[in-house]
Amino acid sequence: MSRHRVLALLLSGLLVWLIVYPLLLVARESLLGPAGPTLDHFRSLLTEPREWGALWGSLWISLASVGLSAALGIPLAFLFERADFPGRRLLGALVALPVVLPPLVGVIAFLFLYGETGFAARLVQAVLGRDTPPWRLEGAWAILLVHAYSMYVYFYLFTRAGLARLDHAMLEAAASLGAGRWRTLTRVTLPLLGPSLRGAALLTFMTALASFSAPYIFGGGFRVMPTQIVLTRLNGDYGLAMAQTVVLSVLALAGLGLAREGGHVRAAGGGKGVAAPRRRIASVGLRRLATVGGWCFALLLLLPHLTLLLLSFVPAGSWTVEALPPAYTIANYRALLVEPERWRPFLNSVWMASLTTVVALGTALLAGTLVVRTRTRAARLLEPLLALPWLVPGTVFAIALATAFSVRAPWIGRFILVGTIWILPLAYLIRNLPLASRAVFAGLRGLDPALGEAAASLGAGRFRSFWRITMPLLRPALAAGATLAFVTALGDLVTSIILYTYDTRPLSLEILASLRQDDVGVAAAYGVFLMILSGLVFALGSERAMVTG
Amino acid sequence: MSYLVLQELTRRYGPEQGLFELSFALERGRTLSLLGPSGSGKTTTLRLLGGFERPDRGHILVAGEDVAPLGPAARRFGMVFQHYALFPHLDVGRNVGFGLESLGLGGAELERRVREALSLVDLAGFERRRIAELSGGQQQRVALARAVAPEPRVLLLDEPLSNLDPGLRERTRRELRALIQRIGITTVIVTHEQDDAFDLGDVVAVLRQGRLQQIGTPETLYRTPANPFVAGFLGRGSWIDGTVVRAPAGGWEVVVESARWPLADLPGRQPGPARLLFRPGALRLADPHPGGLAGVVVDRRFAGADCYYQVGTGGGGMLEVLGRAGAALAGQAVTLVPAAEPVDQDGVMHVFPDEPA
Repeated sequence: MSRHRVLALLLSGLLVWLIVYPLLLVARESLLGPAGPTLDHFRSLLTEPREWGALWGSLWISLASVGLSAALGIPLAFLFERADFPGRRLLGALVALPVVLPPLVGVIAFLFLYGETGFAARLVQAVLGRDTPPWRLEGAWAILLVHAYSMYVYFYLFTRAGLARLDHAMLEAAASLGAGRWRTLTRVTLPLLGPSLRGAALLTFMTALASFSAPYIFGGGFRVMPTQIVLTRLNGDYGLAMAQTVVLSVLALAGLGLAREGGHVRAAGGGKGVAAPRRRIASVGLRRLATVGGWCFALLLLLPHLTLLLLSFVPAGSWTVEALPPAYTIANYRALLVEPERWRPFLNSVWMASLTTVVALGTALLAGTLVVRTRTRAARLLEPLLALPWLVPGTVFAIALATAFSVRAPWIGRFILVGTIWILPLAYLIRNLPLASRAVFAGLRGLDPALGEAAASLGAGRFRSFWRITMPLLRPALAAGATLAFVTALGDLVTSIILYTYDTRPLSLEILASLRQDDVGVAAAYGVFLMILSGLVFALGSERAMVTG
Repeated sequence: MSYLVLQELTRRYGPEQGLFELSFALERGRTLSLLGPSGSGKTTTLRLLGGFERPDRGHILVAGEDVAPLGPAARRFGMVFQHYALFPHLDVGRNVGFGLESLGLGGAELERRVREALSLVDLAGFERRRIAELSGGQQQRVALARAVAPEPRVLLLDEPLSNLDPGLRERTRRELRALIQRIGITTVIVTHEQDDAFDLGDVVAVLRQGRLQQIGTPETLYRTPANPFVAGFLGRGSWIDGTVVRAPAGGWEVVVESARWPLADLPGRQPGPARLLFRPGALRLADPHPGGLAGVVVDRRFAGADCYYQVGTGGGGMLEVLGRAGAALAGQAVTLVPAAEPVDQDGVMHVFPDEPA
């Protein structure tokens, strides 16, 4: 009991130091000028149109991303959950694919496909016989396109899960009370899906608000907060960057607050019911249409990644005006494997992602055990603390860490980590904590406490009970948490771009560097590596979850 | 000397919640049923016995040794959980062997003991089955085999029949009873069902709001309930107010509205107002005549050869009376008379002096 309390206290202290304290330092510095406390930074943030524009841009892009993703994801979920047609299972899995891949990979794949020198543009250009590219993939609509492409998956997955939980008896009850299909949909199904849809909307909003890769690469003159912060900081205006960071976190927390405000409807159907059976589409024509439409959609989704794969085989500088690349080579991959300087970022990303995943899981397990086993105040604090890094955009955390750990003042808990190889793993770890702990906490809560008691009454000590009972039953949750954490860290750009050192430069930055040097083939090859590794980890993770689940 | 002794065992959750000063003694090899409504403290008692909760006060003695300070792992008590708590990732054999491994057993000896335990519950050859493949009844037997395999000093059963449907329940109860007798293990069973408690327990303890109401054999409890709660909780019956008076010819009588019926001459009987509990068989229906308890049949419930008649009395009481199916129709006026005299013989009717409020 008292040992648990001490542990809980120590752990929450550590988390406060690493998560809350840096954020507070940012808030403090946003109010500090050269001559003491000042509101100047916030004043210029609110008066300069360029700054205003970034704030407004962030807000409407995020809301529009929610709308677009919902419009794409919800109908798709209904189609795959309720209707049956050939290829449904395979396509249903493919449709969830974009969420598996790091945002940066999606973004460069989009660039190669739809960018002004991309495949689609060249094709149109060749067909029309024009001299200039038919469009430029730039600005707000380009960002929105990429967001909708990667974020509709949240709506798709949440809606499908909600539909699967929905008790079929409720739909039958509505029908027996004389409601037609439309009325059943609007009065029963959609309201019951409310919590799922709200969850998806929140997730989309937060992801879009924090999104960095898409605005960074496609933004052009269009500014959003995360890119603006990095730019301001690059220009040396630290005070203003701090103020922007504060505003961005407030925006994120406000979004969260609004979503919570929506009230808590109990989960659809309570989970005890039987899901509605899939309706085999009766009309042959419609069934064909669904099949063809489904396959086309899947192809559309895979096209960017196929483009990436293709480009990774194109020799540097060989592809100029042709519609298809004229020559293919494996030189790009050889370069990656042979040149240590190119091999290095790959190793960096893998070791940092692995280490931080393991540490995050260990922390989550410890915290989860403390929260579930004890009811002390310190333990109750652990869960919100662990969730915090997810609520605040990655840019904010990177800035906060850069601020807190660039000063040597051990007596107030500040050390110099910026510029060392430890700052990036620390940032990854903090970003991984919410992902790992959410999975682990859910797993621990799903365990029947009677199982532990049964083990104890059969003479098993705490250690044996943990290894023989808790761990094996927790394996699916651990696999899920580890997968998410590892893949996120592996493809991270948003924190890396602020905190990386040359020695720890990760894959994402090397991809950007190759792009900047017009080394498209190498950039694509890196992207393919990232894609394959992420996909592999995901497949492995879900396999684990399946086997023991 | 008693094998399992509880001394003033107390665990407080609130002023009226928890368990308060429970004491009892159980002989070796006997079975005790803890019976009570929900919130009566019976589950708390079982969890205290299992070591999952620590008592605020009191002792749990097993063969003279106080086990209250010991954790569940050191206690050597076997427990069958309400929802069985079988380890879903281990097969039947490993579940049953789990407690044996704790004793340091392994290899052929472990396998032999697992085999024995499984054949005890008629599941010989089920070692490599997965838990999810078993029916509810089989899962319960695996849970039982797992609990008894390490030869625990005391066996604890938490609502052992509550997860089974009625048909299976009856049969399982008989099997469980035979099994417990065959093993000859000291057993404590928690249940809220009177039938289960009476069938399985040599001794039954009735709990209410964390306090022991009465402990004794099923027959003692039914025939001589210690208080109105025990009387009302065990078996059917209906309450009505009356007065106990001395009979002119000696002995005792009870006056209920217009009726005056003889009572058995029990020691300690006091005259005065009383609350009376009539079992359905205590009275019978008769044609209206002066002298008995007049009433009207309000409702009848068919139960095979017999019917339960709800009879509203002239004074506003309501009594449930067992009678032959054709004895009366709803709306018919009747007079209630004792099925036998004295009216409280064989515990079919109980008299509790009205306690001053």
